[in-house]
Amino acid sequence: MSSEEEGNITIHVPDAPFRPGDNPVFDKWKWSPDDLKKPPIDCESEETSAHSRGLVRVIDDEGMAYGDWDPNLEYKEILQGLKHMVRLRIFDDRMMKMQRTGKLSFYMQSLGEECIAIAQTMALEEQDWIFPTYRQPGAQFVRGRSMVSMICHCIGNVEDNVKGRQMPVHYTYKKGRFISISSPVGTQFSQAVGVALASKYKQLNEVTITWIGDGASAEGDYHYGLNFASVYKAPVILNVVNNHWAISTHYNMASGSTNFASRGLAYEIPCFRVDGNDFLALYSVTKWARERAKIGLGATHIEILTYRTGAHSSSDDPSRYRPSNEHEFWPGGDPIERLKIHLIKNYDWTDEKHLQLENEIDSEVILAYKEAVKHGDLANGPYPSSDTIFTEVYENVPWHLQEQWDEMNKWKVD
Amino acid sequence: MVQSVNSALSNMLEKDEDVILFGEDIGYFGGVFRTSDGLQSKFGKHRVFDSPLSEGGIAATAFGMGINGLRPVVEIQFADYIFPAYDQIVNEIAKVRHRSGGEFWCPVTFRTPAGGGIRGGHHHSQSPESQFTHTPGLKVVYCSTPYNSKGLLISAIESNDPVIFFEPKRCYRGPFYGDPHNVPTWKGHSEAEVPDSHYNIPLGQARIAKEGTDCTVIAWGTMVHVAEKAIKDSGINCELIDLQTLIPWDKETIVNSVKKTGRCVIVHEAPKTSGFGSELSASIQERCFYNLESPIERVAGWDTPFPHTTEWDYMPSPARIIDAIKKTQEE
Repeated sequence: MSSEEEGNITIHVPDAPFRPGDNPVFDKWKWSPDDLKKPPIDCESEETSAHSRGLVRVIDDEGMAYGDWDPNLEYKEILQGLKHMVRLRIFDDRMMKMQRTGKLSFYMQSLGEECIAIAQTMALEEQDWIFPTYRQPGAQFVRGRSMVSMICHCIGNVEDNVKGRQMPVHYTYKKGRFISISSPVGTQFSQAVGVALASKYKQLNEVTITWIGDGASAEGDYHYGLNFASVYKAPVILNVVNNHWAISTHYNMASGSTNFASRGLAYEIPCFRVDGNDFLALYSVTKWARERAKIGLGATHIEILTYRTGAHSSSDDPSRYRPSNEHEFWPGGDPIERLKIHLIKNYDWTDEKHLQLENEIDSEVILAYKEAVKHGDLANGPYPSSDTIFTEVYENVPWHLQEQWDEMNKWKVD
Repeated sequence: MVQSVNSALSNMLEKDEDVILFGEDIGYFGGVFRTSDGLQSKFGKHRVFDSPLSEGGIAATAFGMGINGLRPVVEIQFADYIFPAYDQIVNEIAKVRHRSGGEFWCPVTFRTPAGGGIRGGHHHSQSPESQFTHTPGLKVVYCSTPYNSKGLLISAIESNDPVIFFEPKRCYRGPFYGDPHNVPTWKGHSEAEVPDSHYNIPLGQARIAKEGTDCTVIAWGTMVHVAEKAIKDSGINCELIDLQTLIPWDKETIVNSVKKTGRCVIVHEAPKTSGFGSELSASIQERCFYNLESPIERVAGWDTPFPHTTEWDYMPSPARIIDAIKKTQEE
């Protein structure tokens, strides 16, 4: 029986286009930075229909920036973006190595997606709220969090600001308006709408940005978020990061439709699909969305098209479910490489300067790591006191927790 | 009790600008049970408003508002419909203070009509309190009268912890003594007098509804009144405790009472297995074992879906409670 005949009599189960052993082939991108114009800030959602099905780009395949979406940033601002991205990549690399030696229980890299949170956070104002997933830690660099503090969280030592309660990479950084990351994927997407509505209620010039993965967009929270944002015109920027993979689940399993961006049109929210490895395009679309939210016109929905170059996490082995070289064929390339080439071609950035930057950051990361481990690490301790099991469950400790706390103290191992 | 809940909401809207109300049908219409009647016109559409039919979305939105400085009071129209919001409540709202190292917290109150006795069938009758008493980070409150509904609701809204606030819908218009053919209003009831002004009943405090010496009967919600009737008809001098707050429950009042009476009956509408009565029963025997003269009795809903036409054989009746009280008196 042919698979076509089979399809008629049993359940259709989509599969990833390529599995280990296959030769991955991606269609060459047909979109150029000249394709799509910026719609008026007060446009109807339908006016973004082409934007949701095309791809907003600024930096072309040769590293040149042009088109209506070019934000015309100053060199030093673009360079700052590059520095944050390089910092995140080297930081991730170090943490991954440390995970292998047991200094961390677990780690999640942003490899191949460094551009997203960094470009978008740079496009926002400092009072705006960041409601990330575990794949947007880079926003913290933009908001000024020290690397030492981030490492202390990841290695669960006494200086971990979430007190050893969450797995690594589940950052909280209220000072930078970076809201606590949660493991259940998707919950932040709908919550972000509430954060935005609270800002609106208080009549503050604040916008909230959030992200969800292609995989988690199958959760109800994705639709709750779009719907509530649409009904109440919340000042929120709703991003779907389509990086192709949710652990081993290809995006074609998240929906029967291969286009995520246009789903927002059904909620009458303007929609864009953006080249997720293009710093300038991401920056520009986010600025547009912020401006629209600020003037009271509500949410924007953005699909960020990229590819998850790294494993889902340190516990994952992608070679078991996808060709190990698949990322090399991704037409979007590498976000750092692309911005680097753009800077070299247009400004006085050079390979030598880039290498020097990498070396400087590598030293910075090593120094930060050495500083952080002075306060302990997962392999050797010391850990936050186990009293933190009982604190901050409630504002005050109720009697039944106090009883159990006293009991724990009798049996304490540390 | 409809008016007392309304009065609590009104007081809090007046007192605290960060308090906002939203939920299904609660704005223009004033709620299917009329508990928010008139509040939208009094306080404005930006503070009291309708929501899409989306409990998960309501809870998520409340989470976001809560961590960004507001004090949302949301209504889940029937407790039976709270489950689409379960993940947001259990994994998110209940845990955000802890998981963020105390940097974020979510002072949201979920009001939800619960319990049977209105011919509501499977899905307008359940009493899912123990689904939430098993979740660290939540407080769980179950009111029973006009007076305590207002004082407890105000305390719930003022709490910086998230609270699941159950309102026994059978008692919105009057107490219920287990006889569907004789349904009084609140008129003349000692707990029906409700001041217009703000007052608190602290969370974590039970109410001794009737003092007694021979058996402690613990109940919450509608069952407080059913138990009251049973006690009256049993001829046994029981102490009736209206638990009011389930998490954290009032250990002192309960333990003192059981130590005094040596006998205990726990009554609730929810299914018996893993109901909150199980927790109370275990805790009481841990603390009062040498004072107990007889096994603790539980009178509860059956471990079945809640029925429609036959609900009077499902809900604990005065007769079943009397039988349990009498069993505790056997040597």
